[in-house]
Amino acid sequence: MSDAPTVPQGVRVGVVPAPGGKRRVQVCAGTACVFAGSLKMFAAFEAEIAAAGLSDEVEVAIIGCHGLCSQGPLAVVSGEETYYPKLKAKHVKRIVEEHLVGGTIVEDLLYVEPGSGERIACWHDIPFYAQQTRIALRDVGVIHPERIDEYVARGGYAAARTVVTEKTPEWVIDEVLASGIRGRGGAGFPTGQKWKFAYNSVSDQKYLICNGDEGDPGAFMDASIMDGDPHAVIEGMIIGSYAIGARDGYIYVRAEYPLAVSRLRLAIAQAEELGYLGDRMFGSDWSFHLKIKEGAGAFVCGEETALMASIEGRRGMPRSRPPFPAVSGLWGKPTNINNVETFANIPWIITHGAAAYAALGTEKSRGTKAFSLAGKLVNGGLAEVPIGSTIREMVYGVGGGIKDGRDFKAVQLGGPSGGCVPAALIDTPIDYESLAATGAIMGSGGMVVADDQTCMVDLARYFLQFTQNESCGKCVPCRIGTKRMLEILERITAGEGEDGDIERLQKLAGTIKRTSLCGLGQTAPNPVLTTIRYFRDEYEAHIYGGACPARACSALISYHIDPEACTGCGLCAKKCPVGAVSGVRKQTHTIDLDVCTKCDTCRQVCKFGAVERLTGDEVGALASAAAPPA
Amino acid sequence: MPRRETESQAHTGTAVPALDLTEVGRVVDEIDPHGNLIAVLQHVQAHYGYLPEPVINEIARLSGVPASRIYGIVTFYAQFSTEPSGRHKVFVCHGTACHVAGAPRITEAIEQELGVPDGGTTPDMSFTLDSVACMGACSQAPVMRIDADTFGNLTPDSTRKYMLGVLDELGLSADDLAGGAQAPEGAAEAAPEAAASRASDTSEGRRP
Repeated sequence: MSDAPTVPQGVRVGVVPAPGGKRRVQVCAGTACVFAGSLKMFAAFEAEIAAAGLSDEVEVAIIGCHGLCSQGPLAVVSGEETYYPKLKAKHVKRIVEEHLVGGTIVEDLLYVEPGSGERIACWHDIPFYAQQTRIALRDVGVIHPERIDEYVARGGYAAARTVVTEKTPEWVIDEVLASGIRGRGGAGFPTGQKWKFAYNSVSDQKYLICNGDEGDPGAFMDASIMDGDPHAVIEGMIIGSYAIGARDGYIYVRAEYPLAVSRLRLAIAQAEELGYLGDRMFGSDWSFHLKIKEGAGAFVCGEETALMASIEGRRGMPRSRPPFPAVSGLWGKPTNINNVETFANIPWIITHGAAAYAALGTEKSRGTKAFSLAGKLVNGGLAEVPIGSTIREMVYGVGGGIKDGRDFKAVQLGGPSGGCVPAALIDTPIDYESLAATGAIMGSGGMVVADDQTCMVDLARYFLQFTQNESCGKCVPCRIGTKRMLEILERITAGEGEDGDIERLQKLAGTIKRTSLCGLGQTAPNPVLTTIRYFRDEYEAHIYGGACPARACSALISYHIDPEACTGCGLCAKKCPVGAVSGVRKQTHTIDLDVCTKCDTCRQVCKFGAVERLTGDEVGALASAAAPPA
Repeated sequence: MPRRETESQAHTGTAVPALDLTEVGRVVDEIDPHGNLIAVLQHVQAHYGYLPEPVINEIARLSGVPASRIYGIVTFYAQFSTEPSGRHKVFVCHGTACHVAGAPRITEAIEQELGVPDGGTTPDMSFTLDSVACMGACSQAPVMRIDADTFGNLTPDSTRKYMLGVLDELGLSADDLAGGAQAPEGAAEAAPEAAASRASDTSEGRRP
């Protein structure tokens, strides 16, 4: 690897000039920012800029997910790349007046790094971004996702043009093999190998499919790429189509992603108009036709044989392999399926060379991986790091540590197919093999962080409920086995666990893993097995102690107001939706447990921390303490 | 001030007055159900708001695809529904991050305010409450959507406030939702329509 070229670290992005050389304010329109109100901020910028008479000089543009979602809604003044997080309408007015008109950065509106308290103006200098290496996400949050010229201005479609007009399919496959990239959808099969199989399959008709059925709850990398940089996916597919010899392709997009569908449709039309897609593209003899297929809401359709059944208009039920799709796939023809993120990496690999990509990552897992960081973190969002970065680097480096200064308990990786890695293994490198050794998986990139208030038994129950609900019903172990596991977990979290439940779960899990037809069933027990492995004491506390140590399972907790801390302000009584709290003003209030629905409102609104959740023996201890005559 | 219902909102609701099946014919003419049954169902549902039995039977009659196969697809995919839903929809996200941040408490709060269980529709057909697997707004968890309006960083308390705010804007009370008093905002006309379409489901729709 000594002669590998230097790889641009952190990938400092160039400035995208607005049309006509205007200055530009970029407002993030990623999903989380939209939930935080970014579209209102967009309108506010337009109005304020017009009011300031700057409409001819400053353009307001939307961008795809900028990454640091927990700071949304956010905007970037391009050029100097000044970053304004957590915007409110009154901030917009000041930014326009003081920064755009007055030429002074609005200091007190800048990002504040938690811990150091330092104010940071340029987003490249914020640790969350500075610690990333963005390849698949290189243009996401940088370019206007609906303008092909901005993608082209940053080198877009150059790789596809080179490949289609100058290279052989064999060269492309060798390059992708040499890069070492493995499928980013979760299973991690080497992409180049997969392409080679499809290339070697002889047929008059082959298909290339992009799997955009990102169904893991808590994962939004693929959505961010599809709606933030749709051309990267299309360009990757053009290169793939040429490599394997497929003249027709589909992008299968999850039903819940209407924005991705509309952006991809627009991008396909733009690419066709410029001759980058369709018949005789780039003036060559190569033709590739790409269509969108909208899913209809079924998690199992992320499995490749189920996905193909769904494209064919049938129930999305997996079948056994072989035959593999490379031999007999869509409508019985050789088919190659890759994930969104995999395709988005391909143009970069072709442009910068396989060696540049292979220089990143670990021996067995080359390159970078995008993650959606969520849960009890200070800085949640979209992050891409070299494979082999540790969980600690993700949680405390990129993620900025745990919210509200609480304790890091575990990280859930890989969603319903993955598992929980406990705090004790915080220095585990995030690569396919190291994670498999912990019982978790790399998965598609969902990373949800749990703190001491997250109940691991409840989390396992949550995932089982999901997989049970999404089981297609074709094979017995998955259809009935996950149901039985879920019933046991529901009993345990309801305080009705029995001696032997843990062993029953383990036995069922083993059978389901060994005998299920597809990956969904084979991995469904993982969240349960990993939580039993690392948090068995929590299962035992539920079953034998009638207690939920995290104080999350409502059947096992009871609410109580601490008379020492209660000031009698009456806020909890006012906010209680069922009138369970009573008391005289300025005196200790009490909760009528027969009426209380455990909605947690009183505890959340109390400014003095007086409302406590008791569990297990604490409940009885309190009752006996309260018993003495008044 | 009460906001006006747009035509598209009305379409996503229950309004299938006499089950005019001409749209089914139009879609089947345009998209071949043999290779694209899911797309056919998506278009038809976009028009009727749901897929009642007469509609499924009409697709089968026109295309020759067995109704049993169509029904199998309708019940397989979460996007399709054989029941009409309310004119307004509340979606509470139950992705992992939202679950960990307390999404079950958010659903409970809405259940209390609307008086319907998760997945249910208010008797006046104005609101349907549903859970979704993940909206991808994990950093604002827990989140919900009421029609096109999005709400993040929810607590049970703020959820109730937002829900009541929306009901207030529409001029609806708890009594209206329960189908009791005369409801404003078109609810009064819509309810009998829904009842009519349900009746047609069971009587005409089940004819051999």
